[in-house]
Amino acid sequence: MAQLEIKNLHVCIGENEIIKGLDLVVGQGEIHALMGPNGSGKSTLAYALMGHPSYQVTAGDILFDGESLLEMAPDERSHLGMFLAFQYPVAIPGVTVANFLRTAINGHRQAKNPDDKGMPIPEFRKVLKEKMDLLQMDHGFAGRYLNDGFSGGEKKRAEILQMATLEPRIAILDETDSGLDIDALRTVAEGVNALQGPDLGVLVITHYQRLLNYIKPDYVHVMFSGMIVESGGPELALQLEEQGYDWIREKHGEANAVSAATGDS
Amino acid sequence: MTTDKELLKGIDENRWDFRDPDTHVFKSRKGLGADIVRQISEKKNEPEWMLDYRLRALAHFEQRPMPEWGGDLSQLNLDEIYFYTKPAEAEGRTWDEVPATIKDTFDKLGIPEAEQKFLAGVGAQYESEMVYHSLQEHLAEKGVIFKSIEHGLRDHPDLFREVFGTVIPIEDNKFAALNSAVWSGGSFVYIPPGVTVDMPLQAYFRVNQPDQGQFERTLIIADEGSQAHYVEGCTAPVYTSDSFHSGVIEIIVKKGARFRYTTIQNWSTNMYNLVTQRAMVHEDAKMEWVDANLGSKLTMKYPSCYLIGERAHGEILSMAFASKDQHQDTGGKIIHVAPNTTSKITSKSISRGGGRASYRGLLKVYEQAENSKSNVVCDALLLDEASRSDTYPYIEIEAKDVTVGHEASVSKVGEEQLFYLMSRGLTEEAAATMVVAGFIEPLVKELPMEYAIEMNRLIKLQMEGSIG
Repeated sequence: MAQLEIKNLHVCIGENEIIKGLDLVVGQGEIHALMGPNGSGKSTLAYALMGHPSYQVTAGDILFDGESLLEMAPDERSHLGMFLAFQYPVAIPGVTVANFLRTAINGHRQAKNPDDKGMPIPEFRKVLKEKMDLLQMDHGFAGRYLNDGFSGGEKKRAEILQMATLEPRIAILDETDSGLDIDALRTVAEGVNALQGPDLGVLVITHYQRLLNYIKPDYVHVMFSGMIVESGGPELALQLEEQGYDWIREKHGEANAVSAATGDS
Repeated sequence: MTTDKELLKGIDENRWDFRDPDTHVFKSRKGLGADIVRQISEKKNEPEWMLDYRLRALAHFEQRPMPEWGGDLSQLNLDEIYFYTKPAEAEGRTWDEVPATIKDTFDKLGIPEAEQKFLAGVGAQYESEMVYHSLQEHLAEKGVIFKSIEHGLRDHPDLFREVFGTVIPIEDNKFAALNSAVWSGGSFVYIPPGVTVDMPLQAYFRVNQPDQGQFERTLIIADEGSQAHYVEGCTAPVYTSDSFHSGVIEIIVKKGARFRYTTIQNWSTNMYNLVTQRAMVHEDAKMEWVDANLGSKLTMKYPSCYLIGERAHGEILSMAFASKDQHQDTGGKIIHVAPNTTSKITSKSISRGGGRASYRGLLKVYEQAENSKSNVVCDALLLDEASRSDTYPYIEIEAKDVTVGHEASVSKVGEEQLFYLMSRGLTEEAAATMVVAGFIEPLVKELPMEYAIEMNRLIKLQMEGSIG
């Protein structure tokens, strides 16, 4: 079983240390929710896991099936089976969703076998159609330029379509609920649930509990000031819903007061 | 449908960079002078008026200063250039009539194959002369003329003399004067009234020897209500010394006609490419320039439309890719002369590896061109910190009730775009290539499929080794 293992991770952006010794294990088939107030370092963790060049790992390790990801470029991490659904997907004008997905699939195939000639177009069309049907998406979506002029909901659905097509083993969903109205939220959550299964481990990063009404986590973690300070089952998310984050701040805040003020992610 | 792979099979990335032995039948001395001009005219058995025209042009060229704007011409040494090289005794009507080494060159470039598949006619120039010209029979029967400029002068003397030099006079600029003095090769095209040529007419220009100059001259008349698409491509092997190409293209688009002229310029990076292209666009006619510049050391080229008839429309789609040691100074000119005329300029430039792309454009609306509309959009994409992009948009409006839009943008291929695409499994180079391909998509989609494939292929080659 593939698993993502984060060990005593420290991450800096420039001079600022944002993640300060974080440990977490996400196994295939599990859904973990990572919650926490703004500025606790949740998105920094997501970017660092995927290998964004501006996020430096200064200590600790990230292991995928026991293999360290730290020296790997983002594309190599993707080839292993890592996926990040972005909080703010980037527009690529002039490149259609279909063309992009086909290039991405072929990138994965060629990483496994350098002689691979790429997925034949008819087969690709079939795969794409299946995935779009699974996510109840209009087929015309495939011909639009990637994230260019997409609404908030369309961007998030495009992220889930990419996830469905690339079939990762570990997926990180970074604030996938942000900027969505309740209908869009439900559609996106249904998409994630449709992909859920024993082959996929999911780390759902969210500020609010409401997404967890639709995507049921097995484990809930609370991040504060660059570390995981509480872990538990789904009941922990409900507690946060009722009580907010103040009790977390009170319980864990003093020791980290200074760094919490400077951490911004 | 022909796939990318089929079309490009067996072609390696350096497919343009091969040199044939020098098998010319005549070559002028290096450098320029009245003796060279007389020699060219004599070799072509020209009428007296053309020799006089050439000598007048030479005199104008000699007294006119070098332009001080645009690119750096200080290293261009005309004394080191061969102004006229005749590659073969005669122009072929079939490929079998073309000397074997030259035919082999065009085979490698895929021209005869393309001719079979999707072209209405082909002209092939090697050094200073057209070595091959063909036109599908059914078009010839309809009165379409597509032949070398020399044959145009010989076979249609009156029409030729009536229009030659009227769109771009000797005095237009220094290099138009030079071309007018030493022109050799190029096409003469006439599309009769109401005739539509569905497939492109293709001209291909090849320079083989070092220090070679090429000065083709093309004259196109699209008669009333006709439609055609002319495409030119050009390549040369890489040499350490400079080569020089300076063409003049004159086009007359008569009432209600529609003409498109596409250039895919892929000269080697030791080529100075200084070209003047202009169209006179009559009432209800439409002219489109699609100008893609990927090669050369320095290109200065601004295709232009003079909208001289009411409701004439002019359009320029310009794409420039400047890599290491390249300066693309390109853009376009639209001159609104008649009322109710419309125009559009779209420019897309990419700079990488220290290359420089400059957009230089003129939009002029004369006083009588009332109620005209124009829109100019210039987008530049920078791939790294070492590269440069400039914009020189000149807009002169004398008329009232004119609608003019102008937008310019410069963007960088951002870390966020690359990270996003790489997180999906694209290598850094594939990611950057994808951003560039998307950037020029609005232009590429205007091309016939075969050329769109070729263009994407050229972009990929330009991007190879661009990272790290």
